Amino acid sequence: MNEFMSKTKVNGTAAPHAQINNGAPMGGALSIKHVSKIYDPEGVNVCAVDDCSMEIAAGEVCMIVGPSGCGKTTLLNAIAGFHSITSGEITLDGDLLCGPGKPKAAQGADRMVVFQNGALFPWKTLVENVAYGPIVQRRMSKPEALEKSYQMLAEAGLGDFGDKYPGEVSSGMARRAEIVRALINEPKVLLLDEPYRAMDALTKSIMHESLLETYDRTKVTIFFITHDLEEAIFLGDKVHVVTTRPCSLKKTIDVTIPRPRTYESLSSENFRHLMAEVNEAVHEEAVKAFQAGERELA
Amino acid sequence: MTSVSSPENSDPVKRQMTAPTGLALLWYRFKTSFATPRPYMMVGGIFLWLFVYWLLCEGLRLDRFDKIPGPLAVAKDMFSPTPFQGISIFTGEYYNHIFVSCRRILIAFTLATGIGVPLGLFMGWSKKVRDYTFPILETLRPIPILAWVPLAILMFPGFEGPVIFLATLASLFVTTLNTMLGVQSIDESYFRAAGCLGSSNWDIFKNVVVPGALPYVFTGLQISIGVAWFSLVAAEMVSGDHGLGYLIVDSYMNNVTVPMVIGMITLGFVGWFTSVIVRMVGNWLMQWHVKALALQGR
Repeated sequence: MNEFMSKTKVNGTAAPHAQINNGAPMGGALSIKHVSKIYDPEGVNVCAVDDCSMEIAAGEVCMIVGPSGCGKTTLLNAIAGFHSITSGEITLDGDLLCGPGKPKAAQGADRMVVFQNGALFPWKTLVENVAYGPIVQRRMSKPEALEKSYQMLAEAGLGDFGDKYPGEVSSGMARRAEIVRALINEPKVLLLDEPYRAMDALTKSIMHESLLETYDRTKVTIFFITHDLEEAIFLGDKVHVVTTRPCSLKKTIDVTIPRPRTYESLSSENFRHLMAEVNEAVHEEAVKAFQAGERELA
Repeated sequence: MTSVSSPENSDPVKRQMTAPTGLALLWYRFKTSFATPRPYMMVGGIFLWLFVYWLLCEGLRLDRFDKIPGPLAVAKDMFSPTPFQGISIFTGEYYNHIFVSCRRILIAFTLATGIGVPLGLFMGWSKKVRDYTFPILETLRPIPILAWVPLAILMFPGFEGPVIFLATLASLFVTTLNTMLGVQSIDESYFRAAGCLGSSNWDIFKNVVVPGALPYVFTGLQISIGVAWFSLVAAEMVSGDHGLGYLIVDSYMNNVTVPMVIGMITLGFVGWFTSVIVRMVGNWLMQWHVKALALQGR
């Protein structure tokens, strides 16, 4: 039923990605093996990530849950290529991103990041922001890229706002445009770092629905960092609970709620059951993190 | 979901779309401002200060103020076709002084901006460039512009060279420093986002560094044109054969006080006018910034 629903959706909306992958995963299997990261900002070694391993299948929505400042963002930065790792390796579809002899991954459009505080260029309109990637990668000419951007913004319900600057639209719209800016590059993996953190619960629920709809259409692999347990279970295929600093995998929980999911899934017995399970795993770590009182590292 | 993705149904959005822009907006703001007490208070304030000035010099003829030309004496000479002390808005000499000073400012400001902005951009962007240039800039910056006068006269022949050099030097420091701070103020996530989207270094420079620094650059340029004016006047007082600074000090030497005050008032207005131009150019280039500020109620 799950597959059937998503396929009809794809045919119905003529999504740009549909022609490429027909709703099937187009790669994006992330493998994180024994990754460690040691910082020394003040001459003292701080271990942010310690021997962390996880497997993320292509087309999977993988939610990373853990206490504040535990090193989740460090992991994301390593995958995106913003920071180096100290040991271990990360591969994408079998290709080495970073590992022995190559501490820092090259930044590339196959892994797109959506940032915690939003990073749409405030000096470009929404449509210019979306068209930016294809233009600088020389994949499309400027008019082509702009046309495609208008089209993709319209699909995301932002058709009338393409010529607005990010400062003129709501934070929810800006965040949605940022996801569109990522998706136009047809990434294998979408890396989201607490993208809905600063939003109120109502806006958040709208953002969740829109992300789920996007996922059903594109089946892109999603690596999603969050604090919000409800969000983690509602969106994810798997919830990886990580320990407090140094960050390593504590427990993986398979979310068995069928897709497509609606807000009715939130009140199901299964959901409450999963919530209790995740809560139990996270709470212990949260207490430890709180007692350690550590500040977040960049 | 539907109500969010089809905003064209809601009225406020439509009204926002047809809101006046450009000149119409300017006219609208001008019109509405007369409904508030602000313009009347401004005019009232000006007359109040003029009255105090008149009272001190001409009304009460206070000791030590009686040698200073009052507002009536200045206005009488300034608007007379046959000025008693030689300078009025009907004499060609008056406009020659303004023209000479403006020409010097134009050259100095263009030079300072042309050197300072690129230098500041590279200093902010590249640590290497900053390491090479910052210490020397910081050492030269606190030296008062008057201390450069002897050197300037030795280095450059004639009247124009030293004066332009001094005005350029003063505003160069302001422009460079503000531009550098502007680049450093850009949020790291914009650089990361641009990297993710596949930008080359040149793309990042064009699309992140330059527009991101622009608000600081224009704040710097507004200060720098002010600095250019007062270092120009200082320079004209020491070395010059024309210009508003020369007019002021020459009148003082020849014991004619009215042209001195006329020169000061003119300087104030011309200086103000030039900053307005700089501000207007800035606002025109930074629509995104202006709109974001306007939405915050500023």
